[in-house]
Amino acid sequence: MLVLLAGGLSTVFSQSVQLKFHNAFVITAMVVCVYVSSGNSGVISFGHVSFVAIGAFAAGLFSMKAQQKGAVFNDLFPFIKDNHLGNLATLILAAALGGLYALVVGIALVRLNGLSAGIATFAVLGITRNVLRNWTKVGPGAKSIPGVEETTGLTQALMALILCIVVAYIYQRSAAGRRLRATREDAIAAQGVGIRIYRERLIAFTLSGAMAGFVGAVYVHFLGSVSTDQVYLDLTFLVLAMLVVGGVDSLWGATLGGLSISFINTLLSEGEKGLSLFRQKFTLPTSSSGIILAALMAIVLLTRPKGLANGREFGLRGFRRRDSI
Amino acid sequence: MRYVQYFIDAVALGSLYSLVALGIGLIFGVMRLINLAQGELLMVGGYTLFATNGWSVFVRVPLVLLVIVGLALLMERAFRRLRSAAPATMLVMTFAVSFLLRSIAQKRWSAQGKSMNIFSGLSHAFTVGQLRIRYVTLVSIAVGGVLLLGVNLFLNRTDIGLQMRAVASDRRIAQALGVRTNRVVVTAFALSGVLATAALLLFVPQRPTVTPDFGLQIAIVALIGVVVGGMDRLAPATFGGFSIGFANSMVFSLLPTGQRVFLDSVLYGLVIIVLLLRPQGLFQRERQTTRV
Repeated sequence: MLVLLAGGLSTVFSQSVQLKFHNAFVITAMVVCVYVSSGNSGVISFGHVSFVAIGAFAAGLFSMKAQQKGAVFNDLFPFIKDNHLGNLATLILAAALGGLYALVVGIALVRLNGLSAGIATFAVLGITRNVLRNWTKVGPGAKSIPGVEETTGLTQALMALILCIVVAYIYQRSAAGRRLRATREDAIAAQGVGIRIYRERLIAFTLSGAMAGFVGAVYVHFLGSVSTDQVYLDLTFLVLAMLVVGGVDSLWGATLGGLSISFINTLLSEGEKGLSLFRQKFTLPTSSSGIILAALMAIVLLTRPKGLANGREFGLRGFRRRDSI
Repeated sequence: MRYVQYFIDAVALGSLYSLVALGIGLIFGVMRLINLAQGELLMVGGYTLFATNGWSVFVRVPLVLLVIVGLALLMERAFRRLRSAAPATMLVMTFAVSFLLRSIAQKRWSAQGKSMNIFSGLSHAFTVGQLRIRYVTLVSIAVGGVLLLGVNLFLNRTDIGLQMRAVASDRRIAQALGVRTNRVVVTAFALSGVLATAALLLFVPQRPTVTPDFGLQIAIVALIGVVVGGMDRLAPATFGGFSIGFANSMVFSLLPTGQRVFLDSVLYGLVIIVLLLRPQGLFQRERQTTRV
């Protein structure tokens, strides 16, 4: 379906607008990552963008040439400064680091519930950003990492998204995924049948951290450069808003929310520059895209509080309402 | 003596955040809603100050109060339909409202800071021995204390206050007993608007310019404080707000100058430690066993 969508897009929009849709695929992949942990466990995490940030910064720094790094970021630890990796290697490294970081964070934090969990993961995001921004031995400081090879095209972005969806799907159909979903529906009953909440949440958290690290690397290879502000508050809230607008409790909801909002977002921001759609020329007033987007999200939430997907899930035999966990 | 100075500054910042935290706590109490857009009350008030620069203080203060309380009541209307929705849905809704207001501010006034310029006399200081005390410090502590006491009296001595506490402890039962929930919720929002106005006016000497993100930064810190203190009751939530402001100022003063950039890391680290040790809240009594 996504392939058809991509095909359809290319016929409707001009070349320059198409380029912008990479962004939508990558952001949607992030939504799917957060879904793997938050959607299945029912515990909202504000911290996943820190795994995206780790992945993006690791991939960005290691794909820069050594002499270039020496010139721009002289403070870096020697093993970061002197090494250079190919594209695929940076993706793998980012996934590994994201997973490792999520594991460490998760060991401490997945025992928390509800708001405490939300604020604690938010604190992780704050620390990650603060360290990346100010500790020049591991990060670029207040500067951005320039000149990362832009290898994420439309195909690569779509492949990354599909990969994330497939992994998320396999996980939620697996025994571990079902156990975690059981804890979401009724924590006490789940414990009663011998499910260890801590362990199941940690598995999901680590898996989604690794996925987020990977997506972060894909993201930096799409952006070409990255600064700490690009992977901080705005992205966190945007990704969470997409997840909730789509519907937190199904993979279909996460995908739908991510794709629809980021497409609209792209269209609107392109619209500010003047957009030709179906051979008509539209121009929106400057910086009105944020206003329209926020208003749309509010309307969706008011009319469909359970999200666009409203509990529907996709399966191998088409769409259906989720009736079992 | 140096530490006394740090302590005074920290108490002043703490009382500012406790006002914002109390506003967040009031709304959470009556409708289980974490209002991320609370900071936008301060932001919009800030732009009102900017737009009325040069007018008499006696016009500006009531006007700001009117604008902020009006906006708070509008927000209440927007959130009303979601009262029984999932917490995440409500949270994202408040985020959408916050994003909407910030986008409008961005469009109207750009991201550049605008001077709010009110009560400029407050940032002057006088010295007692080696202590350097700004007038705003004293005023913050005094106004903070008076308002906290006032809200406390309101909740304990008036009918609507009693109803508010009833709704906070169990909305359905309160409703069944004839409490008009809408009226209670509207009052809570109006009250949080008043608190936001006070907080805004006292923040001006510290942060004299308003940007579209002005309120969000304050609200996030206050919200963290509320959760760290304990959301379920007002007093712990308010103390939580106080503590985060206090800790913010104290850690900043105690860190060596070169390490001050890591203020956020230290602060967030403390938050994580507190949450792990007391997930129910720092000032919350141990909760009885979870209901099955």
